[in-house]
Amino acid sequence: MQDKYNKIVMKHTPKENVIKNALMTFIYGGLFGAVSELLLEGYMLWFSLSRKDAGVIVIITLIIISSILTALGIFDVCVSKLRSALIIPITGFAHSMTSAALEYRKEGLVLGIGANIFKLAGSVILYGIVATYLFGILRLIIMGG
Amino acid sequence: MTQKFNNVYIKDSYTIAGVYEKNGPLKDYFDFIYDKDLYYGCSTFEKAEEKMLSNSIAKLISKTKLIDSDIDYIISGDLQNQIAASDYATRDFNIPYIGIFSACATFGEGLALGANLIEGKRAKNIIVATSSHNMVSERQFRNPTEYGAPKKKTATFTATGAGSILLTNQKANIKVTSATIGITQDKGITDVNNMGAVMAIAAADTIERHLRDLKIKPDYYDLILTGDLGIYGKEILIDYLKEKNIDLSKNYDDCGLLLYDIKKQNVYAGASGPASSALTLSSYILKEMQNGKFKRILIVPTGAIFSPTRVFQKDSIPSIAHAISLEVIS
Repeated sequence: MQDKYNKIVMKHTPKENVIKNALMTFIYGGLFGAVSELLLEGYMLWFSLSRKDAGVIVIITLIIISSILTALGIFDVCVSKLRSALIIPITGFAHSMTSAALEYRKEGLVLGIGANIFKLAGSVILYGIVATYLFGILRLIIMGG
Repeated sequence: MTQKFNNVYIKDSYTIAGVYEKNGPLKDYFDFIYDKDLYYGCSTFEKAEEKMLSNSIAKLISKTKLIDSDIDYIISGDLQNQIAASDYATRDFNIPYIGIFSACATFGEGLALGANLIEGKRAKNIIVATSSHNMVSERQFRNPTEYGAPKKKTATFTATGAGSILLTNQKANIKVTSATIGITQDKGITDVNNMGAVMAIAAADTIERHLRDLKIKPDYYDLILTGDLGIYGKEILIDYLKEKNIDLSKNYDDCGLLLYDIKKQNVYAGASGPASSALTLSSYILKEMQNGKFKRILIVPTGAIFSPTRVFQKDSIPSIAHAISLEVIS
């Protein structure tokens, strides 16, 4: 009986449009990257910064913009249209932290924001650091540093 | 087992809906719509839900020209942890309170319990109430409210609102004729974004038992309504019952599809939450029964009675559905 029902469920579960979503993410993510690159070049030109320093300021700019858009309730609407293009880059990271901070503000600064701000971003940080160490060690072993 | 009632009537109802429901096709049926924002004049979404629920009960009492002492019990439940909206809302009344939980099938459980108490002459007037709030559920079961992650097509959209019904032993136009309490079902589905598939089996079982117990066919009812199966759950239910020779294709619909304009509103597979069936039944269905559009109704609120903790531990999701039949008497 279980099989029969589950077969009907399978039949009526719509396929997610993976190709379209991936393509949307690729195109909008790419556009987004191009705009960031323009901004990078702009910062280098306007403020006579090195590429490395300008990069940091671009990241800060993107974080500030996505946090403000999250607070204004615009970011989540954009994500439903642009799929993962805004979630995968640093903007998604900032968005996850700002949305958690907004959410838990009512529960206080320490037990609310403090305890929950990394609710979504925590695993990115943890596994980001772990992966960095692992690849660093691999690189040391294989390439000698 | 299906219980039959001879002495239980619906006296009146009161519904409060939010901004998303206002943009849906049932907007003219609600008693009150709060469309400024989702806060309902409160500082948090949780308090907003509590206030909506409390107001719907208070307005129902005043609408029916009763006072607190005329009501024997309030039976209420919701989706908040520890059914907090009901627990806090009932502080406002001097009425004995029975708190219940069947997730989105709570309204069905409440009506069945209330009808039993009245039929057994343990009570004369009972208010059955429930509520849900989109943002409260988003936060509790999904992600922070402002977090935008791409959603699946089978995901549903929790309705915002509160509905209350006054059950009474005094003769009124609409009679509660029977109730079939659900049996917990579990088909091993673990996808929290496909509640229609989780719950369709519970609806199928309850409807099948209800029809068999009363020895009737689906066409006995003018309309059979499930609570919040959504587009895909509805298809599953029709297909599954067809194999058992129960034809639902003619007179069956889902509250989750009636409450919103599925094509225009961005609500994925449809409405969900206890308010989905409570708002649809207490506004549209009861009013159209009074107007003569429907004579016999079977409403089957459906609920996924799961704990987020168990789902994170990779357990499957149980579901339940309770059926209540209503009839216009002249």
